[in-house]
Amino acid sequence: MTVPLEYFVIVAAVLFMTGAVGFLIRRNLLVLLMSIELMLNAVNLTLVAFNRQHVGGHTGQIFTFFIIAIAAAEAAVGLAIVLAFFRLRSTVRSDDADLLRN
Amino acid sequence: MNKLELAFFGLCSVIALLGAIVTVGAKNPIRGAMGLLSTIIGIAGLYLMLAAEFLAAIQLLVYAGAVVILFLFVIMLLGPSAQSKRDARGAVARYVGAAAMLVSGLGAMVLVMRTQSGTPTALPAAPPQFGTIESIGHELFSTALVPFELSGALLLVAVIGAVAVARGKQVDPTLLPAADAKPSQAPSPNARTAGQTKEARS
Repeated sequence: MTVPLEYFVIVAAVLFMTGAVGFLIRRNLLVLLMSIELMLNAVNLTLVAFNRQHVGGHTGQIFTFFIIAIAAAEAAVGLAIVLAFFRLRSTVRSDDADLLRN
Repeated sequence: MNKLELAFFGLCSVIALLGAIVTVGAKNPIRGAMGLLSTIIGIAGLYLMLAAEFLAAIQLLVYAGAVVILFLFVIMLLGPSAQSKRDARGAVARYVGAAAMLVSGLGAMVLVMRTQSGTPTALPAAPPQFGTIESIGHELFSTALVPFELSGALLLVAVIGAVAVARGKQVDPTLLPAADAKPSQAPSPNARTAGQTKEARS
């Protein structure tokens, strides 16, 4: 008997919550992007685990493949935005990103 | 269940969860990136346990090889200012929001687990072709062909957008040639650089 499905889902849930809490309490833009990556990884783990339960197809794994591609694009664009913001304000604190306020 | 499998599962999940906690809690972003790397390696191990060999390889290649390295490049480019200073403004609201998120997430987990019948779901035996590069590739190029091509286009657009956003318009004033001060001068060896400067300023 193998490791049951629930264990993987619980690990993914705890991972997702860690990423979400980090996104909420931190104010460094780089750490915020890393927290987003954590949450995406947790969702990927859930998809692969449920795909393992239904071994007839590969839908979950294909989904995960596309999510990884999108996460790479998101990281590239997000880091470019962080760089542009740093050039503008000389900081990476998310509190200082208030150009659209008022 | 198999003791060895359970031990490997425990090792991978502990690596992943500790890495996640380091990522979220580290003051130094470089340490955070290292925590992210540890999480990614742990999740790649879990993918191997779930018979997703192709995805484990892709995870290591794309995340550990590209995304984390990109993070490290940006952190090192920013230098010491990548580490933002402590600031207590709005801390209460942040921690209340995070606690609400944590409570609702844990509550959802408990509720879902209470509806289960008690015995954990055993995973069925995987066929030998499950999760291999061959079968994933076959599916990727038959049923998922259109999204696959679209994701290629998305990556191209994202790379062009990243270059356009990160390049900026500023010119370092120390690099400007002195010929800029006398624009009426006849064409000289640095006329080209002067033209470039004018372009960069407009």
